[in-house]
Amino acid sequence: MKNLLILGAGTAGTMMANQLRSKLKKDQWQITIVDQNKTHYYQPGFLFLPFDIYTEDQVKKVGKKFIPNGVNYVQKKIDRIFPEENKVKLEDETINYDILIIATGSKIAPEEVEGMKGKNWHKNVFDFYTYEGALALRNKLRDWQGGKMVVHLTEMPIKCPVAPLEFAFLADSYFKEKGMRDKVELTYVTPLSGAFTKEKSAETLGYLLEEKKINLEIDFAIESVDNENNKIIDYGGKEVEYDLLVTIPTNMGDDVIERSGMGDDLNFVPTDHHTLQSKDHENVFVIGDATDVPASKAGSVAHFQSETLTDNILLYKDGKPLKEEFDGHANCFIETGDNKALLIDFNYKQEPVEGTFPFSVIGPLKLLKESVFNHWGKLAFRWIYWNMLLKGIPIPFVGRNMSTKGKKL
Amino acid sequence: METQVNTLNVDRNQEGYLTDFSQWNKEVGEQIAKEEGIEMTPRHWEVINWIQEQVKADKALSIRGIKKSGVLDIKEFYALFPGGPLKISTKIAGVPKPKSCI
Repeated sequence: MKNLLILGAGTAGTMMANQLRSKLKKDQWQITIVDQNKTHYYQPGFLFLPFDIYTEDQVKKVGKKFIPNGVNYVQKKIDRIFPEENKVKLEDETINYDILIIATGSKIAPEEVEGMKGKNWHKNVFDFYTYEGALALRNKLRDWQGGKMVVHLTEMPIKCPVAPLEFAFLADSYFKEKGMRDKVELTYVTPLSGAFTKEKSAETLGYLLEEKKINLEIDFAIESVDNENNKIIDYGGKEVEYDLLVTIPTNMGDDVIERSGMGDDLNFVPTDHHTLQSKDHENVFVIGDATDVPASKAGSVAHFQSETLTDNILLYKDGKPLKEEFDGHANCFIETGDNKALLIDFNYKQEPVEGTFPFSVIGPLKLLKESVFNHWGKLAFRWIYWNMLLKGIPIPFVGRNMSTKGKKL
Repeated sequence: METQVNTLNVDRNQEGYLTDFSQWNKEVGEQIAKEEGIEMTPRHWEVINWIQEQVKADKALSIRGIKKSGVLDIKEFYALFPGGPLKISTKIAGVPKPKSCI
């Protein structure tokens, strides 16, 4: 009996367990998945939680429901990976493997910036990348009387790179609906050189911030959060004051990657961009947010990767050459507020462009353009996530590699 | 867009970044630095070399990366390339500026 071990039962790990269980013979391969958390969160929903658009129940379910029969589900803390010895030490046992899949994701690391996780953390300094943060922010917003709201992004790369912009757009809508938009000064602060950094996006979407009266502060490399005077300070000496700071802290890979000495300085695992094999160990594969590949850290990316990775695991076990197939494909809905959304579809090489998706001319979804239909698409995606994506069911008409159909190139 | 840089023809985008790194050489870098009002010193070149190595190795560029580089600290980075140090130094280095997905 051979052992395939998956670390992490989030989006990527759960998809791999589902896809591989039906493809690896049960009398030859045992599959084990390890994750200490009992709850599976629908992370895209954390964007909607602060604005009372989603409820708690809509963004979490018991993780066990999504692990297929015939997979050994171990709810324990992972202590350390020993890749030279093909084993992983858990809190109270050690598991040997023939093939390892690392799907330990990424997490926020507010402690990386001085003062960020200080005395005002979750009081007037919030994240919304955790369930706890999003919920605390929702409670704060319910009776906030207005003032300066600053939406801030610490540094790239982050999970779901468009989420901070979406948050700013949804905040504008939220305060409008509450009849208090005039009491809120909204500012978006980014370390990059603009809110939109790709040529086509900047051209077609540049109007959005102005239309929504969102101030923009660019090239802001945060050095510290000043909790006494409620301001963020950058290395060049610039300061931005806030009454309410919503920040995306530094994102890092899991601590177990650092303990195992397998990551870069952000604890992401060096991974082949096209095969998803780890660069250092041939029987170790990496998927989702845990990799260092220059694709977006997003559920859609993990989904497209899972199809390539499933094929490559089957090839690897038979000693055949791997497919150099993954192209960085991402497909993301972007909320722009007022019940509209954009859709972007891109990969390592192709930046998001205008057009229709998934079919030419008929769409029905529009790329890089606001539409109500796209917004419905984003809301429908929650159902697709729980019922199709996690179970490894392919999304109809959307292939693992990016298609140029319908794109204005 | 083609811009004459020191009698060398190099392809640059609207913001002045090189679109093809193979066209880069020290003279080109020097000329772009001049446009940005920067007089290059050996210290500047050390930083530019480090940035080019990072990009070749597919490493994301960030202010944190500078802090951990051991090449220089952030205060010096700002002193060498005032304003937006990453934005300016990448332009001189002939590599793309740090971007998001849109």
